[in-house]
Amino acid sequence: MPHPWIPNSYIKERLMGEIGVSSILELFSDVPGELLLSGDPRVGYGRPLTEYQLVRLFNDLMERNSYAYRLPPFLGGGVCLHHVPSVVKHIASRSEFYTAYTPYQPEVTQGLTQALFEYQSLVADLYGVDVVNASVYNGSTATAEAVRLAVRVTRRSSVVLSRSVHPEIAEVVRTWSEPVGIAVDVAGYDGETGRVDLGDLEDRVRKLQPAAVVVQTPNFFGVVEQDLEEVSRVAHESGSLVIVYEDPVFTGVLEAPGKLGADVVVGDTSSVGSGLNFGGPSAGILGIRDPDGRLLRQLPGRLIGYTKTADGEEEGYIMVLQTREQHIRRERATSNITTNSSLEAVKAAVHLTLLGSRGLRKLGEAIAGRTEFLLERLRSAGLEPHFEKGVHLREVLFRHPRIGDLRDFLRNRGVYIGPLVGRFYPELRDCGLVCVTEVHSREDIEALAGLVREFLGVDAP
Amino acid sequence: MRGFRQARWDEPLVYDVSPDAKEGALVDEEFREHAERLLLKLPDRVKRASLDIPSLSEVEVVRHYTRLSQMSYGVDLGPVPLGSCTMKYNPKVCEELAADRRIAEAHPYLDEDEVQGLLEIIYTLQRWLAELVGMDVCSIQTPAGAAGELAGALMIRKFHVDSGEGHRDEMIIPDSAHGSNPASAAMAGFKVVKVPTDSRGNTDLEALRAALGKRTAGIMLTNPNTLGLFEEHILEIAREVRGAGGLLYYDGANLNGILGYARPGDMGFDVAHLNLHKTFAAPHGGGGPGAGAVCAKGSLVDYMPVPIVDYDGRKYYLRYDVPKSIGRISWFYGNVVPAVKSFLYIAALGPSIREVAEVSVLNTNYLLKKVSSLPGVDLVYGHGRWRKHEFVVSFERLYKETGVGAEDVAKALLDRGIHAPTILFPLIVPEAHMVEVTETETKENLDRLAEAYREIVSLAYENPEEVKRSPRNASVGRLDTAYGNLPKNVAPTYRLLRERRAEA
Repeated sequence: MPHPWIPNSYIKERLMGEIGVSSILELFSDVPGELLLSGDPRVGYGRPLTEYQLVRLFNDLMERNSYAYRLPPFLGGGVCLHHVPSVVKHIASRSEFYTAYTPYQPEVTQGLTQALFEYQSLVADLYGVDVVNASVYNGSTATAEAVRLAVRVTRRSSVVLSRSVHPEIAEVVRTWSEPVGIAVDVAGYDGETGRVDLGDLEDRVRKLQPAAVVVQTPNFFGVVEQDLEEVSRVAHESGSLVIVYEDPVFTGVLEAPGKLGADVVVGDTSSVGSGLNFGGPSAGILGIRDPDGRLLRQLPGRLIGYTKTADGEEEGYIMVLQTREQHIRRERATSNITTNSSLEAVKAAVHLTLLGSRGLRKLGEAIAGRTEFLLERLRSAGLEPHFEKGVHLREVLFRHPRIGDLRDFLRNRGVYIGPLVGRFYPELRDCGLVCVTEVHSREDIEALAGLVREFLGVDAP
Repeated sequence: MRGFRQARWDEPLVYDVSPDAKEGALVDEEFREHAERLLLKLPDRVKRASLDIPSLSEVEVVRHYTRLSQMSYGVDLGPVPLGSCTMKYNPKVCEELAADRRIAEAHPYLDEDEVQGLLEIIYTLQRWLAELVGMDVCSIQTPAGAAGELAGALMIRKFHVDSGEGHRDEMIIPDSAHGSNPASAAMAGFKVVKVPTDSRGNTDLEALRAALGKRTAGIMLTNPNTLGLFEEHILEIAREVRGAGGLLYYDGANLNGILGYARPGDMGFDVAHLNLHKTFAAPHGGGGPGAGAVCAKGSLVDYMPVPIVDYDGRKYYLRYDVPKSIGRISWFYGNVVPAVKSFLYIAALGPSIREVAEVSVLNTNYLLKKVSSLPGVDLVYGHGRWRKHEFVVSFERLYKETGVGAEDVAKALLDRGIHAPTILFPLIVPEAHMVEVTETETKENLDRLAEAYREIVSLAYENPEEVKRSPRNASVGRLDTAYGNLPKNVAPTYRLLRERRAEA
C-alpha cells in the first residue's frame, strides 16, 4: 500500500520498468526462499494511520500516564526538573540542524560544526579543562568512557569509585569495565558529612594503584565534595587520574573541577537544555585537563577543531584527530562511539550563552538559595537531613522512619519527592531525596513543608 | 540544482559577537539571602573564583544560531545519500508529538504505575522491533547503535564464560564491516579476526571456515552488507559458525533494505542491534541523539541489559530479574524521545512498512543503473546482482584518468545542492562512493543526482582542475583537513585557538 512518506511508492511499476524487473521479488532473488516473508509484518494497528488518527492514539497513550504535577516535582536522583528556555527549543527545531548528519562534509555543515566548537569551548571554560569532546550519550556513559580512557592512559586495570557517585552511573561503569578485566573498587562515604571518606579512599588508592579515582560533586546525596584538592593529591601521588562528575548547572557557584585537580571531567546536559525526557536523551559531557597532551590521543568521540581552507583564504571547522575513531582505527579505536548527542550539545551551547557568566552564577545561587530554604522549612516541619554536617546543593537526602509513607502521602496529593535510596543503599533505607531548582517558588516549598507537617503531625512554628 | 548557493554569513564565534555582558535569560534573585547563607558554609577554595563565558541578549543568541543553522544542511533541504546512514525523511508529526511536555517533563524516577502510557509505548515499540527482526526480545536502553553493539558483544562474551568457554575470545568480522563492529568487539575484550569478501560481494566462505576454531566467540555481520548486497550464503554461514560453537551478531545499520522481507532472527542470528535513527525515521540531529535497540533470541535472552520494560498482563513495569544480565549499559531506560518518534513512525505505516524496503531497493537500483554506466565509474563487487538499500561505486578509474578522485566528486556534488554520499568506505573499494538514497527520495531527485554525477564526470575529463575547485557554493571553500590536524594547529576550543593565533 503506497504511503505519503514514501513518494516513489506511488510509481513503483514505472521504476520497475526502468530497471527491467516485472516483480519486486526479483530484487530479492538472492535471499534464500525459506527466509522470504510473504505476509505483512504484525506491527502497528493493521492499517496505516492518518495523521489525526496518530495524534489521537498518542494522546490516548499519554492520558494513561497518571502522574500529575500539582507542584513542580521535587524528584531528584541525579536529574531534576529545570526550565528549558523557549529559545533553546526554537533553535533545536531548526531542521537544518536536526535533520543533518554528523559533519562528514563540513563545507555544507559549517553552522553545525561551529556550534559544536562553541559547545566544546563553553564547557571547557565551565569545567576549567583544555579539551571537551563533541559529546557522548549521557552522563553515565561519559563516566564509563572516562574510566576506560584512564585505563588506556595509565595502562592500569582498576578504578576506585566513591560510593556516593550516582549508583546507576556506578552500574554502567561496572558493565563497561569488569568484563574486560578492569576491577571496580568502592571507597565509602563519611557518615556525618556525606562526603567521600578520605582515609578510606587513600588506603584503597595506595593499595590498588588504580588508573583513576571517580568522585561526584555535589554527590548522589546532594552533598558538595569539599576535598577535591585532597582527593587529587592522594590520587596523583599514586599516579592515578582524577575523574570528577559534576552537573554543569553548578559551575556558576562551584570552582571548576579542572582547577581543583581533576584530569577528566564528566557531566550531563539534562539541566542545561535537554530536560528530563523520562531519562533521555541528553548529552554526556567529557573533558580533559591535558597539559602534556597525554590524554588527548586517548580521548573517545568526535572532536571539532579549527582549520583553514585549502587555499588558505578562509577559516572553518572540521572533525579533527579522527584517527582515534572507529571508522578509521577500527579495533584499535579509543571507543566504538559513532552517533553521539550533537543536538543536545548544541542546545546546551544555546542555553549557556543565553545565561552567560552572570546568568549561570545567578542560576547556581537560585538553586543554592532554594536548597537552604527547603532545608529550613522541612526541618521546621520535622524532617531532618541524613547528613547533618554536609553542605547540600539542589538535592537533600532526608531521613525519617516513615519516609515511604510520607512519599506516598505526598504523591497522592500531586507532590513528588524521591527517589527513596534504600534500593541502592540498604543502610539508607529510611532516606529519600528532595530536589529544588529554579522552577520552584517560595510558595511551592512552603506548600511541600505544609504537607510534610500535616503528615508528621508537627505543630506549625 | 543549478544556482544553489548556501548562506555565507560572516558569523563570528559566539565569544566574539559582542564585548558587552548582557543577559539572554532572566534568573530570579528571590533567594539571594538564603544562597549567601548556604555558600558561607563552603570554604572559598570550592567556590567559583571567576567565570567568563559569552553573555548575550536573547536576540543576539537567536540570530547567531539561526544564522549558523542556515549554514548547515539536512534532509529537509535535500538528499543526504550517506551510505549505511539511512538518512530518510523525518515525518513532522512525529517531531511535534514527541516534543510533548508530558514526556519532556517526565522524571525517570516516577513510579511505574504513573507512567503506564510511556511504558506502553516503549514496550509496544520493543515488541514491534522484535517482530520485525524475528527476535524474542528487544530493549531500547542502548542510546545508539554502537551502544547496542557493545551490549551484544558483552552478552556473547558472558554467554561463553557462563558455558565454561571463556577461552572463546575471537570475533570474526568481514573486511567490509562498519568500523564500529571491530571497535565494539575490542571494547568487549575480543580479538578481531578479519575475513575477506569474495568477488560476488559475499563473505568468503572458505576464509570463514579457515577462521573458525576453538577460540571463535562469534561473528558480527551486517546483512545486507556495506556493499548493499545480501549475503547469499547466510544460512551456511550460520550453520558453520554455530557448528564451531560460535554465536551470530546482527548489525542492524542496513536493515532498511530488507525490512518486512527477511528477518535476522530467521537467518540464525542470536543478538542484534537496531538504529532507530536510521531505519525507524528518528532524526540524526547532526550526530545524535539517536536511539538504539538491542535484541536477543533463545538462550541469549537471559543476558539482556536491565531493566527491560515488560508487561505482566495487567501493567507495564521495569523488569530487573534477568538471570544472567550483563547489567546496565546506560542509566535509566534509553533515549525515549527518539524512541517515541520511531513508535509513531511504525504505528503510522503499519502494514505499509514493507514499502520501505521495496522502494529503498527500487530507488537504489534505479540510481545505480544510471550512475554505474558513467565513464570512469566502476562497480567493483557483485556484478549483475541487485543491490538492496545502498550501492558502492569506485571512482578509481576516473582518478587514474583525470586526477579527480572520490573526494573531489563529493565536493562537486555539494556545489550542486546535494549532500555527498559516504566516501572512501568500505575500505575494500578504492575511491568509493557508498550511496544510500532511502525510500524517501523522489524520482526527480534521483534523476537530479544521476545528472549531477554525469556532469561532474564529464567535467573531470574536460577540465579536472575545475572540479577540484569545488565547493564554491557552500558556505566555505574546501577545508584543509591536514592543517587542522597538525599537532601545532590542533585547536578544539576558543581559548586554544586564541593562543594559537597569538603565537602565530
